[in-house]
Amino acid sequence: MAGDKVDPVHQFVVNKIVPIEIGGIDFSFTNASLFMVATLAVAAGFLYFTTSTRSLVPGRLQSVSELSYEFIASMLREGAGSHGMKFFPMVFSLFMFILTANMLGMVPYFFTITSQIIVTFALAIFVIGTVLVYGFYKHGLGFLNVFVPSGVPGILLPLVISIEIISFLSRPISLSVRLFANMLAGHITLKVFAGFVASLGTLGALGIGGAVLPLIMTVALTGLEFLVAFLQAYVFAVLTCMYLNDAVHPGGH
Amino acid sequence: MFVTAAYAQSTTTEGAETHDAAAGEVHTETGVAHEGGHGSGVFPPFDSSTFASQLLWLAISFGLFYLLMSKVVMPRIGSILETRHDTIARDLDDAARSKAEADAAVAAYEQELATAKAKGNVIASTAREAAKAKAAADRTAVETSLNDKISAAEARIADIKAKALADVGSIAEETATAVVEQLIGGKVTKAEIASAVKASAK
Repeated sequence: MAGDKVDPVHQFVVNKIVPIEIGGIDFSFTNASLFMVATLAVAAGFLYFTTSTRSLVPGRLQSVSELSYEFIASMLREGAGSHGMKFFPMVFSLFMFILTANMLGMVPYFFTITSQIIVTFALAIFVIGTVLVYGFYKHGLGFLNVFVPSGVPGILLPLVISIEIISFLSRPISLSVRLFANMLAGHITLKVFAGFVASLGTLGALGIGGAVLPLIMTVALTGLEFLVAFLQAYVFAVLTCMYLNDAVHPGGH
Repeated sequence: MFVTAAYAQSTTTEGAETHDAAAGEVHTETGVAHEGGHGSGVFPPFDSSTFASQLLWLAISFGLFYLLMSKVVMPRIGSILETRHDTIARDLDDAARSKAEADAAVAAYEQELATAKAKGNVIASTAREAAKAKAAADRTAVETSLNDKISAAEARIADIKAKALADVGSIAEETATAVVEQLIGGKVTKAEIASAVKASAK
């Protein structure tokens, strides 16, 4: 199975490490679970230990933690106003978790948990669920104003409302698929180009000469993927802020 | 259930699509048996047999992460930032107060300098006035004594002159008497001589 080496999908296979089964449902500790825990450990460990000295004049690493904090704080304040700041821990956790997961996924042989649709979908449902629960809890049926944009002529209302409802329902899908597809496609592309390098390299001198091109491509793509890894975490957080804005100020758009 | 990790792209078509074909195969590339879910032929991210486990572990790890963030890390970073903000504000206040103190000290210094200057001027002008007055007094005293001496000297001169003039009369009378005697050989009275001298002296 020589083709296995360059099988670009192999990296997404979930393998059991410790099989656990409860009530007939498979809850095994898998490589995906391992990297979820690793993401937790790396992200929480970094934030915890870089701030443990509580220096008045921050070092570089403490600055990174503080900058992330202030970055998300200003993003949320701009996106959802000062009333939205009660969701700060949630947005910050989401951003740091996704960012760390994406970045860990860039390490060779590491599993990318955000390339699993169920993971991104669960995070998206968590966001939309929070919007719905908080929206109805805080505003009751007034939350339904979120589907009624102000200043729309009455005759267009049924059409606009149905569009709004469809757009609202598609939010968890777009939110999860965007992150999932970006990470998946990026890793597959990387793997395919890196696979070309290996395959061409076995074809003798001409092959090695030809392998330079995919190698350059792989290096460039790696840089791009780091950008995408950050950007997708950022986009997820920004959209979360926007959706939370609906929960805080329904009909206020 | 042992399954291959190679999928539609690399295995035979039936191996990719059916569970049975994949079952029992060993991942030959690494020699490690990979355990997959029931839907081994599915594109792995869409393999629903792993969903329950992923959801559970995501809930555990993300839940723990959320707890750590909201209870430990974020309050800590928040307090660091707040402390820094307060410290900077306090330092700025201190700086402003120190500046005000420095300004007050400069103002006080300048005021004292001005007072001292004014005082110096007063002392100097007083001394000058006193010196002037003393000089004037001395001059007047000297002038007075000089005037006294001058007038005394003038008085003496006048006295001497008068005496001398008085002597001149008698000398003239005697001379005249002698001259008359020599010239005319006669005697003239003293009274006549005197009146003649007097008349010629006029």
